[in-house]
This record gives sequence, C-alpha cells and structure tokens, in this order.
Amino acid sequence: MMRHFRALAGLLVLALVLAAAPAGAVDIRRVVSPGGIEAWLVEDRLAPIISLELAVCGGAATDPTGKEGLAELVASTLDEGAGDLDSQAFQSRLEDLSISLSFSADQDAMRGSLRTLSRNRDEAFRLLGLALASPRFDVRSVERVRAQLLTRLARNLQDPGYIAGRALWGRLFPGHPYGRPHDGTPDTLRAITAEDLRAFVPRRFARDALIIGVVGDIGADALGTLLDRTFAALPKSAPAYLLPDVAPLTDGRTHVVEHATPQSTILFAQPGLRRSDPDWYAATVLNYILGGGSFSSRLYSEVREKRGLAYSVYSYLAPLGFSAVWAGGAATANAAVGESVTVIRSVWYDVAAGGIGAEELADAKRYITGSWPLRFTDTAAIAATLVAVQIEGLGIDYIDRRNALVGAVSADDVARVARRVLDPEKLTIVVVGRPDGLK
Amino acid sequence: MTRRAMAGHLAVLAAVLAVAGPAGAKVFEPTYFALANGLEVVVVENHRAPVVTQMIWYKVGAADEPAGRSGIAHFLEHLMFKGTQTRAPGEFSAIVARNGGRENAFTSQDYTGYFQTVAADRLELVMELEADRMTNLALTDAQIEPERRVVLEERGSRVDSDPRSILSEQVQAAAWLNHPYRLPVIGWRHEIEAIGRAVIVDFYRTWYAPNNAVLVVAGDVEPVRLRALAEKYYGPIPARPVPPRVRPAEPPQLAPRVVTLSDARVSQPSWSRRWLAPSHRAGERGHAYPLELLAKVFGGGATSRLYRALVVEQEVAVSTGAWYDGDAWDLGSFGLWVAPRPGVPLDRAVAALETEVTKLLAEGVRAEEVERARQRLVDGAVFARDDLSTAARVLGKALVTGRSVGDVEAWPERIAAVTAEQVTAAARAILKPATSTTGVLLPAAADGQAGRGPAAPPVRPEPVR
Repeated sequence: MMRHFRALAGLLVLALVLAAAPAGAVDIRRVVSPGGIEAWLVEDRLAPIISLELAVCGGAATDPTGKEGLAELVASTLDEGAGDLDSQAFQSRLEDLSISLSFSADQDAMRGSLRTLSRNRDEAFRLLGLALASPRFDVRSVERVRAQLLTRLARNLQDPGYIAGRALWGRLFPGHPYGRPHDGTPDTLRAITAEDLRAFVPRRFARDALIIGVVGDIGADALGTLLDRTFAALPKSAPAYLLPDVAPLTDGRTHVVEHATPQSTILFAQPGLRRSDPDWYAATVLNYILGGGSFSSRLYSEVREKRGLAYSVYSYLAPLGFSAVWAGGAATANAAVGESVTVIRSVWYDVAAGGIGAEELADAKRYITGSWPLRFTDTAAIAATLVAVQIEGLGIDYIDRRNALVGAVSADDVARVARRVLDPEKLTIVVVGRPDGLK
Repeated sequence: MTRRAMAGHLAVLAAVLAVAGPAGAKVFEPTYFALANGLEVVVVENHRAPVVTQMIWYKVGAADEPAGRSGIAHFLEHLMFKGTQTRAPGEFSAIVARNGGRENAFTSQDYTGYFQTVAADRLELVMELEADRMTNLALTDAQIEPERRVVLEERGSRVDSDPRSILSEQVQAAAWLNHPYRLPVIGWRHEIEAIGRAVIVDFYRTWYAPNNAVLVVAGDVEPVRLRALAEKYYGPIPARPVPPRVRPAEPPQLAPRVVTLSDARVSQPSWSRRWLAPSHRAGERGHAYPLELLAKVFGGGATSRLYRALVVEQEVAVSTGAWYDGDAWDLGSFGLWVAPRPGVPLDRAVAALETEVTKLLAEGVRAEEVERARQRLVDGAVFARDDLSTAARVLGKALVTGRSVGDVEAWPERIAAVTAEQVTAAARAILKPATSTTGVLLPAAADGQAGRGPAAPPVRPEPVR
C-alpha cells in the first residue's frame, strides 16, 4: 500500500514537468509560395530525406450513388502513369530514384504521401505534380487496378472484421454517404469509368484546396519555388466539400451477422463528439480510461486481463467531417460472446455513471501528455501531424499548446462528458460469427 | 496495430530487413560494447526528438522449445508483463503508460524481444523495469490461466479465422521435416492448452540471462551515459550457463510437397511455393546477399520481372512476387506467390509464373537489372535512419541471429559487390523443383466437396550450369 502511494506522489511531479515541456524541437514555418500555395514546413537536416504529406477535403463520401468506390479507385490509380510516362515508365522512374509516392482515400479526404532522398528532390516533386495534374488513367491500367480492388473486396467480404465494419457503419448511417462502404461493391466498382476518374481529380485536387506538410532536408525558399512548379497545372479552386450533418442511428441493441468462423468479431458504437467540441480533450482522457489505453483501460482490464476473453479490446473516438462516433471492438471465441458482450456493456455503464478515480484520471493525462513527443520521431509522422493540425484548424502553435489543453482537463470535465455523451442505452453492437449466449 | 504481437511472419521480417538495410559508407554508426556479465549493448544516437527506444532481445525463440510444448516462448512473452518479486501483475505496463511510454513485445522462431519508447528522461525508469523482469519474474497459476485464454484467442484471431493463415501454417509444417521451424510460433492449440507453469518457469530460467541477451537503445541518448545506466541496472545480474542452440537438422528433401486447402471462406484462389535456402548464418552463406537481390529483381515491386510479365503484360494475375528470409539462425527460405486475376484459371497464372522461373534459370539475370535493385536496396539504408525503431530492429535481429554490428554496417558494400552471375548462380542453386513446397488455396467446390488442387508441381529439367 505504502509503496503504491509513494510511487504515485513521485509521478505527479513528473507529470507536471511533462505537461510543461514542449514536444521537442519542432519549429514549424508557414511557407507561402510566390503563387500563393501554402505549406507548413519543419526544416530538418538530420538526414538527406524529405517527406511530404498532403490532403484535400472530400473523399469517398462524395462518390456518386451507384459508383461507390470511385475515390478509392482514383487513389489506387493515380500512380499508374501520368503525362508522357505510362504505368511501367512512371513506376520505373519512382523505383530507380527510390521515391515513394502513394495516395489513399477515406470518407472525408484524399491523401498523398511522398518520400525522397534530397538528391532526387526535384524529380520527386515533378512526378507528384504530374500524377495530380495529368494522370493518364489508361484503359489497361484502370482495368488492372479495378481487378486488384475487386479481388481485395471479395477477400474482405469473407473477413469477419471487415464484414462487421460494413454492417455497423451501414446501421449507423442508413441513407447517408457515411453508411456506404468506401471501397464500393463489386457492381459499383465495375460501373466506374475512366471518365469518372478523370472528372474526379480536378474537382478535388485544386491549388486552394491543398493542405500540405513538409519535413526534412529543404529550406523555405526552395520549397516555395517547388510548390509553384509542382502544383501550377492544377485548377485554382475546387467546390466546397459539404454534406448534411447527421447523427448516427444507435438503437442500443446487439445484432448478429451469421458467419462460419470459430471466433466472433464484436464491434460497438454510440454517438461521439466532433473534433471541434469544447469537450474534446476531456473526451480524449475519458476514452483512454474506457478503452483507449492499450494495456491499462477498463475494457482491457475487465475483458482481457481478468477474464482472458479477448486478445484485443479497445475503444476510440471517431470524429467525422459531418458526424461523430464513439466506437470500439473485440474478438472472442463464439462460446464466449455472451459473456464478453455483457462485460463490455457493464463497463460502458460503469464509466458512464462516473466514478473515475483521481489516480485513474491523473494516469490518463500523464500518458496522453507524456506520449505526445513520440509522434515527432520521423519525418513522415511529423508531416502527417502538420496536415492533421491544418485540417482541424488548430493553429500553428498547437503542437506546443496541446499538452496544456490536456493538462487542464479536470475531474468535473470528465464527469460532464461521461454524463453528456456516454450512453449505454445507445451502445449498438454488431457480432459477426456463430456466437453463443446472446440474449 | 498489434498488441504483444508475434513477429512470426517470416516474409514480413525479410521485407523489413530488405527495406531497412544500411547504406553508403556507414549505416547506423552504432556504439557497441559488452558488460562483464555478457550482455551485449548497442547504442544508436538520433537526436531529432527527446525520445528513446529501449529494445531487449533474448537469443531464444519458438525453435528452442522442448518437443511437444510448442508455444512456450510466445506464452512466456505474454507472462513477462505479469508481476516480479517486487512488482504486482500489470504494474510494469501501468508504470510505462503513466510515463507516456509505448511498449510491446514480439516472438519469432529464433528470438524474443521487448521494447518501450519513452521520453528520453524516462529511459532510466524503463531500464530498471526491464532489468527487473530479466531475472525476477514471479508467476502464479492465477495469472497464467486467464492469459492462456488470451493466447488462445490470439491464435483464433491470427490463424483459425483466416484460411490464408491456416494454409500458411500447414505449408510451414510441410516445408520442414525435422527442424522445429515446422512448428507455429504461437503453438498448436492442444499444446498451448496443456502448457503448465513449471515448464514455462524452466524455460525462463534456462534462457533469460544477460549473457543470452542484446540490449539496443536508439534515440536521444549519449553512449557514455547509456553505458553507465546499463552497468547500473543490468550489470549486477549474474551470468548463467545457457545451453547451445542446436536444433535437429533437415534431411535432404527428395520429393516436392504440395499442400492444398479448400475453404468456404476463400473467395479467390492463390498459390505459393517456397524453398529452403541458405541464411546469412547457415547453409551456403555465399548465396545470401545474391538472394536478397534475386527477390528484388525477380519479384520485388511493380517493375519486377514477375509483376511486369504476369500482372501488366499478360494480365493473368492481380498480384505476384518473391520474398527471401535470410535472417534465420538456421536455414532461411525463398518463396514466390501468385493470385490470378478474376476469371483467369489458377493453372494459367501458375503456368505463366513457371515460365518466368524457367526463363530465369535458363538465361539468368541481366547486369542492369541487378544494378537497379542494388541502388534501391542501398538507398533504403538512408531511409532506415529516419526513425528510431528501424535501427533497433535491424541491429537487434542481426546480433541474435549470428551476425555482428560490422555485418550490418557492411551491408551496403556487400550488396553493392554482388554480381549478376552470383544472382543467377543462387537462383539455380535454390529454385529446384524437387526441393520445393507448394501451397494452394482454393474456394470450396460448388458441390460441397473439397476442390481438387493441381497435381504435383510440373517437373522442370535441371538448368544447365
């Protein structure tokens, strides 16, 4: 008992030090090119490497009905040739110069990642610009990538975790773009034409829409020049990305999708909070206590540590552009599903009812603040954080302010979020497998 | 994101090393020393952020388990997060978390590792914790039983729920007749169920010792200070006799092996073939660096021979490639795979792949192909210095699988010295029909019967050398 108490007192001092410390030497410059393109830059000369991350708002949620999977197919085909370089020529250029270039789509955004050695910098930026300004979408390339996505989709449609995700999100957002699978269905993937791909790119990738983070061996002047050269051929602006606001539909029940597998996948969700919600930091702390802490949350302790019901159990806040969800998951043997669901629901009740201990709260804040510097150890991760901070409009000083925001969360704040947001009656559960013991 | 995950996927490990390899004149420029008790220590400085990663590697893995007790090494890895003589169960993770640290662990055939990433001023704390559990683990049945269920659920997630993983486990079991690499790292279900406390404790007492471990620390730390901390926390742990790692050797393979799985959960067929191959430590080691290049030239990425021929030109496959795992303590493996394009019969895709193999063995590789692959591999070493964990992974793995810091640092030179003739010779030495093991994954047949796999791999004439 005594030992425990002493350890706690010592750690409180450490937590204060941590909360006051900045994330390290992250010196961000806002670079605006002569042509007006903005990027945030962390100049870092430790290695002859440059990482660039970019995003534009509007992703799979903008896919037309009947052509779901369009954003995904675009992202997967953008590196399949551009300008006068066909697919093999483009890929050879990337590989021979050790340049990594990739694109991805999620519901609310399209993203691009570029990583290069300094010595190939100009060519790397040129290829990125070429991919966005004049992608070829040659018929054979499109068909090849379509076949790859169809194969992946067919495989996913047999995967319990994937099936559960589709079932849950479909239930949460019926009739809304967020309820549709971002990677489409076999029919919708087949319905997409090369013309659809060509029309998509300039509608989203415009100079004013780009959100850019750059980290590494490059200075502000050189970056400014390169930004103009790279993105000059893109349209100036893009239509705003707007969807109707939507609240997730949560009936609080447990739904079973039959699937022949020895282990069931369990996913659960209830309404969450937007990233802009004033209670965001309190919710982040509360989620850590609930199921966000990898080896230390209530869900981890009750489901895994005490009962051995699952290898993995977790919760997370999922803010979306026009909605918000508080979600989580676990996987357990079919015979243990009934017990697992009961335990998950009872943890949700307990946390919603409050009763977060002072030590538990302090531990959560210590982890969340203390682990913040861990995000700044490699160039690509730092660049991704620069993009995320811009998307959310948190301000260029956010990285230094963030730990103070978490540090300011009080027991009252957490109790308020638990009361206001956590709602066990709305916790909707999807089980994929052949579960036993569900009432 | 895996949690206390098992790094048993050899292809993935091979890919990590291939990407992470060293370059130019120097790679990680580490500082290396050993303590009097035999603990080897490697320090890699990276001062980008005030953050440090500690990784401790034990030279023991699943292949060192006693017969009939598969899964001990991995089970023990889980139990290392329970209590010690002075710390309550779960306290280790709680302390790491409330200091803002991230942690995990991994088990493979040849090693077991544990790591924490923390703010640099918490390094001493995690070193004290890690040194404590190197020698003071205290296990009770009350802790073991729930964790056994966790491990069984982990097996359920990783293997039993996924036909590709089931086949992979079966292929592994067929590729090795005698060597324990045939056993899954996570263990057979019935053996996990039966492992008792006594054998776990015995395994821990036998293998977990400073003279059987490698400590790697990467990040914002000075080697002189790290040496003092290592002396302080690990230095007092006495060395102990550790048995030699001698595993039963493979007999010559005299017949090709084919394993076919038909499963209702399979949507698209796929095919793979693997050969036992030299590693950097065992077998004809001269082939190891050439095999790294062969995997790139023949099947690494979108401009490799296989991808270009099968996916781009002939349009018979959606994916295909080659991999090489040369990091094993004993023999390594070399493998190929293909997944046909929807509507294309599996046999046709496999035939196209075999044509490429035949051409490779008959004509060899060209110098310019090798030069392209060499450049990419060597450049990869520059990227390897970008983060903290790559250095710790590459160096730790090298030291526990029979290689040295010097080997890692010399990797770019050795890769750069490989000739096209050596790559061709390695291909001809390894890719022999009689010594292959083939895995075929098929959808369940429409009539409910198990589908028929293709016959044994077609016999190719031995290439003329």
